Amino acid sequence: MGGQVLALLIKELLAVLRDAKSRIVLIAPPLIQLLVFGYAATFDLNHVPVAIYDQDPSAASRDLVARFLGAPTFRLVAMLHSDRRIDALIDSRQVALVLVIDRRFTRDLLTGRPAPVQAIVDGRNSNTALLIEGYANAILTDFSLGWGAAHGQRAPPAVLDLRARYNPTLSSRWFIVPGIVALLTQVVTLLVVGLTVARERETGTFDQLLVTPMGPVAILLGKGLPGLLIGVFEASIIIAAAVWWFDVPLRGGLVPLYLGLFLFVVACTGIGLMISSLAATQQQALLGAFLFMVPSIILSGFATPIANMPGWVQDLTLLNPMRYFLVIVRGVFLEGSGVDALAGQYWPMGVMGVVTLAAAGWLFRRRVT
Amino acid sequence: MSPGLRRLIGLLRKEILQIWRDPSALAIAFVLPAALLLIFGYGVSLDARAVPLALVVQRPGALASSFTAGFDRSPFFRPRRYRTIQAAEQAMAAREVQGIVWLPSDFGRRAATGGNAPIGVLVNGVDANDARLIEGYVQQLWANWLTIRAEAAGGGAPLPLSVAARVRFNPAVSSRDYLVPGLIAVIMTLTGALLTALVIAREWERGTMEALMVTRVTLREILLAKLIPYFLLGMGGMAASVAIAVFLFAVPLHGSLWVLTAASALFMLAALGMGLLISGFARSQFVAGQIAIIATFLPAFILSGFVFDINSMPTAIRVITHVVAARYFVAILQSVFLAGNVWSVIVPNGLALAGMAAVFLGLARAIARKRLD
Repeated sequence: MGGQVLALLIKELLAVLRDAKSRIVLIAPPLIQLLVFGYAATFDLNHVPVAIYDQDPSAASRDLVARFLGAPTFRLVAMLHSDRRIDALIDSRQVALVLVIDRRFTRDLLTGRPAPVQAIVDGRNSNTALLIEGYANAILTDFSLGWGAAHGQRAPPAVLDLRARYNPTLSSRWFIVPGIVALLTQVVTLLVVGLTVARERETGTFDQLLVTPMGPVAILLGKGLPGLLIGVFEASIIIAAAVWWFDVPLRGGLVPLYLGLFLFVVACTGIGLMISSLAATQQQALLGAFLFMVPSIILSGFATPIANMPGWVQDLTLLNPMRYFLVIVRGVFLEGSGVDALAGQYWPMGVMGVVTLAAAGWLFRRRVT
Repeated sequence: MSPGLRRLIGLLRKEILQIWRDPSALAIAFVLPAALLLIFGYGVSLDARAVPLALVVQRPGALASSFTAGFDRSPFFRPRRYRTIQAAEQAMAAREVQGIVWLPSDFGRRAATGGNAPIGVLVNGVDANDARLIEGYVQQLWANWLTIRAEAAGGGAPLPLSVAARVRFNPAVSSRDYLVPGLIAVIMTLTGALLTALVIAREWERGTMEALMVTRVTLREILLAKLIPYFLLGMGGMAASVAIAVFLFAVPLHGSLWVLTAASALFMLAALGMGLLISGFARSQFVAGQIAIIATFLPAFILSGFVFDINSMPTAIRVITHVVAARYFVAILQSVFLAGNVWSVIVPNGLALAGMAAVFLGLARAIARKRLD
């Protein structure tokens, strides 16, 4: 049987890789996407456009303004001289934050009353709004504490000492780029595997394959292995790029990473083969792959945390192999997790792989009769 | 009736019959957007609620409990008590808690005497966005606590500055209100491109396109006959999506329905034009489908400003986002839903959509012409 599987494997690889168009489709887009998305997909805020309305130009207010302009997070768009343009600037998205320093600012500071500062934020993107508020608050608190200490005011009873474990600068690229490993591996594997059987069925060559001496298991292996090889190969390129191009620290070992990768690609292959053997035409197979891929990406925890979803959607994500692999990739990359810490993520993908491959094999046979 | 118009009507009838008999197009147009919006509308949220958080109070006291009381009341946290910082760190390593707030044993003494008693805050930084939100919430609770302490101590400012934050358009800062309009753009990109990319590639693949070309119908009539029914189908899906957003997810619609309809029509033309273009490039459904996924769904998801802020991207990437039609539609949708008819957002983005629709449709036509040679 080994020889049969090998022959089919070589034929499948040739079918995918011989055609220049599909070779390019397989190799170029994932790499371009890694580069573009690696840079684009970030929750970190840079150059947030800001307008400042300083009603009390004074040494103290200039010090506060300088702190905002010195931060890489903010980019000054306009210094305002009245409150007329505030709403218009925010409405047209020219600025995302308007800082209003009140007329009584210096007087209140000196007399020990709370000096009023107003931060007006564009809430259309609520996440950005919260982050901008957070950045602005950090600067304002810093100013507050520094000013109080310099002017002999009573210190607050307690201050916060904020630290982040595993990702000390809270760079969201460290979170997203390992996620892209999972994202692109899934897309490539499903595209390679998802259409193999449907294409042969549409062109009629699947019947020829079935009358050869090969058993369903051999066909399954021959059809599934190319996807496995290509998926693992592409993932390796992306992992290398994550480490050497994006400088994401790889703190854990390759064994827990590749064990997870292998199980993930097997599960994706099983799902792809299942879709492929359910579909009568390539169009149906493509739609099926799409209908699986889109929700599995959006409900995987890639961009928005699973913990924020309502209970029934969280239960639904338990059927999504990408959910487990994301935990593994991020755990190995950032937390240095080992195999035992990730055991709870490995076995569900293994079960999914076995079940979907068995179902695909059964569907092959059912479709023959 | 001119012969051209009669031919067009004939072609239209053929397309409509084809759609009617093979309901997969109807499914793509109506079932797909509705189902996706339902799942995603519930599933996609950036609002951290009830975050499990470890509280370590090494020496309980009145001051310490007044500080931790804020965490018990907060809807953002679900605090768990640990006796030692080591136990809390273990819980964090096991992902049982997302962060640790630690009051060391000298907290009460230092807070009561000199002040500036350090409170250790350690968050799991793997999900950097979540970590920042958690830090922000902790800072808010800290500032509230300072104010309460200052009032209890008989007035006086807790901190030299008093910061008043005002969030325009989305005062509850609910992420669903901005994610659902963005989702509509992502989903309609998908359906628009799929509808045309697949149906025309199928015609090429089956050889029926050549059959059409030898008849007297002109190229423009063929493209129009493809465009009109799928445009109507897509707009139907769009209407269903807006209805779900407004009635089920209770996203406020501050702008006018007419602006929304006009912008959607422009976007739908651009999306269908993109689909036509893809199917012109790719003769086979296989390649058409792959390009449709790679060139439409993923960019609409990541480069449109739907979740990731475009302003924060590097310049080169920001330039690339300008060719993603969804970017303009997301900007219009977020404004029309949450802010109202903000013409300074709607007009430039609408013009960009119109330009992209013209370019895509024009290119699709030019490429189809070459095929005839």
